[in-house]
Amino acid sequence: MESIYSTWPWYVAGPLIALVMFLLLKMGKKFGMSSNLRAMCSIGGAGKFSDFFKYDWKSSKWNLYVVAGVIVGGIIAFQFLTPHAPQVHPDVVDQLQVLGITSTNTSFLPTELFSLESMLTVKGFSILLIGGFLVGFGARYAGGCTSAMPFRH
Amino acid sequence: MRQFLSFFSIGLLLGVLFIKSEVASWFRIYEMFQFKSFHMYGIIGSAIVLGIIITKYFKYTQAKDFKGKEITIEPKEKGFTRYMVGGIIFGLGWALAGACPGPMYVLLGSGFLAVFYC
Repeated sequence: MESIYSTWPWYVAGPLIALVMFLLLKMGKKFGMSSNLRAMCSIGGAGKFSDFFKYDWKSSKWNLYVVAGVIVGGIIAFQFLTPHAPQVHPDVVDQLQVLGITSTNTSFLPTELFSLESMLTVKGFSILLIGGFLVGFGARYAGGCTSAMPFRH
Repeated sequence: MRQFLSFFSIGLLLGVLFIKSEVASWFRIYEMFQFKSFHMYGIIGSAIVLGIIITKYFKYTQAKDFKGKEITIEPKEKGFTRYMVGGIIFGLGWALAGACPGPMYVLLGSGFLAVFYC
C-alpha cells in the first residue's frame, strides 16, 4: 500500500503512459489529449467561426470518454491516495519563497495562484487565461501536445 | 456501453497516474523548467522512447488491433516552422499556467476540490 500512497517514480509513470498508448492503438485509436479541446470547441459551436472546427467530432467521442475517466481518476487519487504534497528540490523552495509562494511542499498546487481569491483578481485570472490560450493554440498548431509526441517520428 | 467503460477505465488510470506521479502539480512543472529534477524529463522521455518503439514495432510487424483491423498510424504533417513556433507558444503557456492539456483535465476535477476546500 505504501507504494500507492507515495509519489510514483518516473520509471513507473513513463512506462504506464506508454502502456496507455499501446492499449489505445490496439483499440484502433490514437492517444492524444489536446485534440479533445478541438472537439469541445466544435460541440460548443465554434464551426460557425472557423472551418478548423467544422468536422465530425462524434468520431472522437471515445476521447471524451477518456477525459471523463481522467477527471474522475484524478479526483479519486487526489482525495484518497495522496496524503503527501509533492516534495520539490530545496533550491526551488527558496526560489519560490522569494517570489512570494510559500505553499511549496505543503500543497499540490500553489495556493497563492490557485485560490479563489487570487483567481478573481485581474492578474491571477489573466495568468491562467493567457497560459491556457497559449497551451491550446501551441498544441494544435504543432499538431499535438506532450502526449502525442511519439507519433511525430 | 462497453466502449464507454473501456475508454473510461483507460482515463481512470491516466487520471490517477497524473496525480500520483505529480505531473499535474504546478510545483513539478516549475521544478522542471528550473532543471532541478529529473522526474518530469524521466516520465516524458521514457514515455516517448517506449512510444516510438511501440509504433515502430506495430508498423514493422503490420500489427492488428483487437478487432483484427490493421493498425495504421498516419504520419504527422511534415514541417519545421509549425513545430518550432507551435512548440514555443506551447512552452510559454506551459510555464505560465503550469499545466499541459492532459493534466488540465485532471485539475478540472481535483483542482476544483483544492481551490474550494483546502
